[in-house]
Amino acid sequence: MSAAVTPTGVGARFRRGDRVKVRRADVPGHIRTPWYIRGHTGVIERLCGAYPNPEELAYARSGLPAQPLYRVRFAQAQVWPDYAGRPADSIDVEIFQHWLEPA
Amino acid sequence: MTHDHGHPHAGVRPDADDTLSYYQVMEVAVRELLVEKGVLSADAVRREVEKMDARSPAQGARVVARAWADPAFKAKLLELGNDALVELGLERGPYKLVVVENTADVHNLVVCTLCSCYPRWLLGLPPDWYKSRNYRSRAVREPRQVLREFGLDVGADATVRVHDSTADMRYLVLPARPSGTEGWSEEKLATIVTRDCMIGVAVPRAGSGPGS
Repeated sequence: MSAAVTPTGVGARFRRGDRVKVRRADVPGHIRTPWYIRGHTGVIERLCGAYPNPEELAYARSGLPAQPLYRVRFAQAQVWPDYAGRPADSIDVEIFQHWLEPA
Repeated sequence: MTHDHGHPHAGVRPDADDTLSYYQVMEVAVRELLVEKGVLSADAVRREVEKMDARSPAQGARVVARAWADPAFKAKLLELGNDALVELGLERGPYKLVVVENTADVHNLVVCTLCSCYPRWLLGLPPDWYKSRNYRSRAVREPRQVLREFGLDVGADATVRVHDSTADMRYLVLPARPSGTEGWSEEKLATIVTRDCMIGVAVPRAGSGPGS
């Protein structure tokens, strides 16, 4: 866990290498967390910065305070039970902090 | 003029713009209102469309060719993509550019499963297939099969990394410089870097330029 604070003041809870689990939530609205990755565990590849929350922006609100955004790397073989590829194959997804929990 | 003259005609194929979708009607309505109220001019809208259409993968090809020729530029491109674009006189762009590098062991593929996110300011408009449900759903789930359908066999020894552009990053694949291009000028190198190579569904080859 990192105590790093993004320029907006919202603390970044995770840092590169941390294992995280994507919340398995089904909420209405403009959600940027793809359905296929919810509930899966991956590793923080990088902190991308802080960006206005698209779930608020979509309804003409400010989206502030900006939320930390991460690229999270998942093992394809864990995401898709029938994955036909190499064990090292990966899928990287951009996920906002409020969709992530420590794993 | 009447067509009621005694013999049947085959149906005339309707023009593509015969009927407007819900969102097309909304776009026309909003645009006309903005013009009527003096917020924008019709010419300003036209100029923006023209500017968008003038952007092309040739810009991205210049970036890749420079990265192949200049290790310092390549390091900057991988670390701070937007700054590297400015160094080449290109637009910084409205989104953060993430450049992912193909090597002998790693092949990268870019997709936007939610819509059609794409580094448009750098590469121009995305190809139609990039926006198709088929590509968007299958590139994440069976990338090796999708790549085979594009004519690219990545090989069992290489790792495939898929990048789903779900939020505020935009992605450019930096292909590996192919053998047989030693001593080429940047201009010549750029000719073999196509749009598909920068999305990751193809790789450049010394003989793959349009003039070959």
